[in-house]
Amino acid sequence: MSDPNAELMREENPSTVSESMVIIRSRALRDRVVEAVLPPLVALLVSIVVGDLLILAVGQSPGAVYRLMLEGTWGNAYGFAQVLYKSTTLICTGLAVAVGLRAGLFNIGAEGQLAAGGLAAALVGLALPAGTSALIAVPLCTVGALVAGGAVGFVPGALRAKWGAHEVITTIMLNFIVLALLSWLISTRLRVPETLHTQVIRAGALPRLSAAWSGFHGSAANGSIAIVLCAAVILGWYLFRTRGGFELRAVGLQPEAAENAGISVGRTWIRALTISGALAGLGGINFVLGYEHYYEEGFATGAGFLGIAVALVGRSNPLGVVLAALFFATLSQGGLAINALVPKQMVDALQGVVILAMAASVPEVRRLLARSRGKR
Amino acid sequence: MNTALAFLAQTLRIAVPYLFAAAGGVLAERAGIISLTLEGFMLGGAFSAMLGSYYSGDPWIGVLCGIVGGLAFGMVHAVSTIRFKADQVVSGIAINLLAIGLTRYFLKLVFGSSSNSPRVAGFSAGTSSTALVTGLLHNPLIPIGLLIVPAVAWLLYRTPFGLRVRAVGEHPEAANTLGVSVKRVRYAAVALSGALAALGGAYLSLDQHQFTDGMSAGRGFIALAAIIFGRWDPVRAGIACLFFAAAETLQIQLQGMQAIPSQFVQMIPYVLTIIALVGVVGRAVPPAALGRE
Amino acid sequence: MTVAVRMTGIAKRFGDCVAVRDGSLEVAAGEIHALVGENGAGKSTMMRILAGIYPPDAGTVEVAGGDVTGWSAAQAISASVGMVHQHFMLVPTLTIAENVILGREPTRGLAIDMARAEREVAAAAERSGFRMNVRQLVRELSVGEQQRVEILKTLVRGARILILDEPTAVLSPPEVEELWRVLRALRDDGGTIILITHKLDEVTEISDTITVIRAGRTVARFPTAGTSPASIARAMVGRDVVLAGDAPLASRKATVPAFAPVLDVRHLVVAGERLSRAVDDVSFTIQAHEILGIAGVEGNGQSALIEAIVGLRRAPSGEIHIAGTNVTELSVSERDARGLAHIPEDRHLRGLVLDYSIADNLILGKQRAYQNRGGALDRGRILDDARAAIAVADIRPSDPMLPARALSGGNQQKIVIARALARQNFVLVAAQPTRGVDVGAIELIHARLRAARDAGTGILLVSAELSEILALSDRVAVMYGGRIVAIVPRSEASEEMLGPLMTGART
Repeated sequence: MSDPNAELMREENPSTVSESMVIIRSRALRDRVVEAVLPPLVALLVSIVVGDLLILAVGQSPGAVYRLMLEGTWGNAYGFAQVLYKSTTLICTGLAVAVGLRAGLFNIGAEGQLAAGGLAAALVGLALPAGTSALIAVPLCTVGALVAGGAVGFVPGALRAKWGAHEVITTIMLNFIVLALLSWLISTRLRVPETLHTQVIRAGALPRLSAAWSGFHGSAANGSIAIVLCAAVILGWYLFRTRGGFELRAVGLQPEAAENAGISVGRTWIRALTISGALAGLGGINFVLGYEHYYEEGFATGAGFLGIAVALVGRSNPLGVVLAALFFATLSQGGLAINALVPKQMVDALQGVVILAMAASVPEVRRLLARSRGKR
Repeated sequence: MNTALAFLAQTLRIAVPYLFAAAGGVLAERAGIISLTLEGFMLGGAFSAMLGSYYSGDPWIGVLCGIVGGLAFGMVHAVSTIRFKADQVVSGIAINLLAIGLTRYFLKLVFGSSSNSPRVAGFSAGTSSTALVTGLLHNPLIPIGLLIVPAVAWLLYRTPFGLRVRAVGEHPEAANTLGVSVKRVRYAAVALSGALAALGGAYLSLDQHQFTDGMSAGRGFIALAAIIFGRWDPVRAGIACLFFAAAETLQIQLQGMQAIPSQFVQMIPYVLTIIALVGVVGRAVPPAALGRE
Repeated sequence: MTVAVRMTGIAKRFGDCVAVRDGSLEVAAGEIHALVGENGAGKSTMMRILAGIYPPDAGTVEVAGGDVTGWSAAQAISASVGMVHQHFMLVPTLTIAENVILGREPTRGLAIDMARAEREVAAAAERSGFRMNVRQLVRELSVGEQQRVEILKTLVRGARILILDEPTAVLSPPEVEELWRVLRALRDDGGTIILITHKLDEVTEISDTITVIRAGRTVARFPTAGTSPASIARAMVGRDVVLAGDAPLASRKATVPAFAPVLDVRHLVVAGERLSRAVDDVSFTIQAHEILGIAGVEGNGQSALIEAIVGLRRAPSGEIHIAGTNVTELSVSERDARGLAHIPEDRHLRGLVLDYSIADNLILGKQRAYQNRGGALDRGRILDDARAAIAVADIRPSDPMLPARALSGGNQQKIVIARALARQNFVLVAAQPTRGVDVGAIELIHARLRAARDAGTGILLVSAELSEILALSDRVAVMYGGRIVAIVPRSEASEEMLGPLMTGART
């Protein structure tokens, strides 16, 4: 970090303009790629090393454990389908955190937004008459999830824009508030007695992937993955191709410059966190419409926090988020596969290690790049 | 009289872990390091205290081990945010996930259980409603917890270290130009916050004579809420802790009457924190360099 | 002569930026030494190296004959080197006494002996002739009082070599006089003082010796006595400078036909910190085909005035009219739509999104115009327009997809100016348009501003460089303490005439 108070001056490159242009262009491109890709690789490496230590601690061979982990996930149809199922929710929470980060905001409230989205999808599904065509019911339930998540996301956006209340704190606090509210609703009004879940929805259920191919039999993977991937594509288009995304990213990179360009920073914050909440809420359909067909308290505990890891490793890029979600889903499913050799709880620890290594390597890589630019 | 005493005793017992964690969190936040980590520090402290007590049979060794565990987690957070300049929020979340993961892993590894440890030697506060005094004597962590808040206030406002913490959290460049090492002060503050929050965790596991998975149960975030509601002042944060604990006690004692749903009582700290941030009654303004390099 | 400080061959860079490339300095003990140079020449960096805040990348630093290269701030302090920074290094939430003792707290047992600390600080303040209540919080002090606390901090630490970075930038004339008195007393007491400044009148008034730094290199050293301001100025900028007194009139005819005012500011008030007013009842008009230059020492309300005019800050009272429309309640983009363009004073903060490409920066603020029906931006048109603008503005390198971060300061500023001048405006607010920009780019930027004026735009020019104000303006206003204290035609303006006004002296 250079000192902002220092008197700074840029070095003029004496080489000819056309030549320096080519060099600068390729340098800028290379630096950008390095900055995007190197930290996740470092994080992967660090987590493998820590994983090795945890595996060696129980006297197993790391190679055998990793092989088992891959065989249990990408090595067979069921494992692969389970990875798809688990990644579906993570893609949503990852996209949610990513769009916040693009606007310079940290949404730690995906946990509550996801739960709200799930309950809303279930309530819409319960309210519709039985036998409603899926073509109508699924979109309605999905919109319900988006709206509920978006409403929960709107609140910290407005609190930040109107009163300057920092979204990191308000989203954490709202998680607890929303989860307590939902818990109250379930326990007093909505649950099937003696359980923590609602009735099964009457309409809006999505088909399992096993309906299309029997190799996936027994897996929870379902049609919501298609809806979620569409959301990722639309988000990518929105962020990088539209005016709204242009303004949102400008606010995230340099709010003062965006304000100077006539962009309302406060309104952009509200918009970003509302979109963020809606995307997290969308994750609710995976369990509610796709898997159990009811809302259950705690149906996706931890997916909101893991979304932060997904967004960081995916560098807040929709494609990156999808890949990172697959990675974390593989870890999670792989934990079950290796449980005979190593406690599956190992992967819980590794998730923390990945985030920590990511957090530490991002600024480090940036510093290294700045230094190498300085040397040239 | 009995009910009043019982109420007070239970409030104190609930408040102690909050007090430890909030006292630690105030130090780190006043030095400019965000304390989303309290939850993880507590969980790590609870587990290592249980482990120490399990292997030694002495709860005081457990307390020591708890402190060491908290220091270890604190140093991980300090190194990542200070040496590597990692985003403090991200690092804090990672610490929390790491604490959950590592405690689960070692719980399974050492005790073969995914839910709880066996019973270990611990402190127990009497459970009968008149046992306030005996309770205080039985569990020494309760009086220590009550004293920790004034102790941290003294440290922060009366000692050279405290003055440096306040300077570093408000204007690190200014401290730096006077030869105060910003890094060293922050390392010390974060390590201390780890140790203190871990004491809160040790209280939990030694009070219940066992460790259960995820036993910090959001208490670290309640402590964070108390810090913000107390506007980053240790005494006010301590009062907030007592207030939150009293609300919980009230809810527990009224449980039979179904007067207020427990979920609404649980919300109180979080709602109050948001109100404090929005500034309806005097805005809560964080230390100027909080979260900055 | 005993040498108090000798720095040779100093180099320092920050990331991509070279701050100092070959700096040297020799200061005799017991003198007031002025270190002069333009903004960004590397003066502050040199002095921060001397004060142990950064290590140099190359070169040696000697203090009182000993090699101290790469020492720490703590070591510098204990060797009696103290620095008063341009941006004060005070913790606003602590008291005066706490700020002064920070890092060397007197203790009793484990606690700070606050009674003793307050007694000692009060005594030291008394000795230096400062009147202050040492229990007061620093955030409650005026700027001049804060500076005194800064000086006190160094004196209490026994500073014998005192470095002051642009100490007068924020002071009123009586406060400046008071500062000179303190500095002379220190020198007469055997202290050594190094004064960073870019103001020639200060240099000649207070210093014994002058060192000039230009573009990171030490280029000259003279005794103050017998050196003319013109030769100092020449050394500072590296070419003959037309000093204000003998500047030619602006190239246009002196008699300007009366145009309708395009900018009309009436009784404008902008709130400052606490209860003060950053802008206090300011009124002026600008006509089409006219440049109004605002001269003044930085920090006298210029930034607040600009922000209020372009819509970034609310004005609690007063009105702003653009081409006859009252825009006081309108947003930035609504004012933009009514023909107001803005070159912000800090291009890195407000002017550019550094991680956006040149093309994206060129449309920043006009993105609505490039939006298709579906909400998508028309990338093809953005790139075509960018290539055209890059050619006109001579932005190098010319690849529109490069991030703005990769460009030099001058080329970054060309983006900002190209964007502001891409269309015909009623009003252009140009703040520090050539700050930190190389000479070639300065001339190009000046030419573009004149061309915009000639095409009918009314320009409000705010610059810390009096020479720039005098070179471009048709009328010159002087801002001091949040007020416009004078508006005169260019023909009546000169450095001699404006200087006293800028420092608050009555004429």
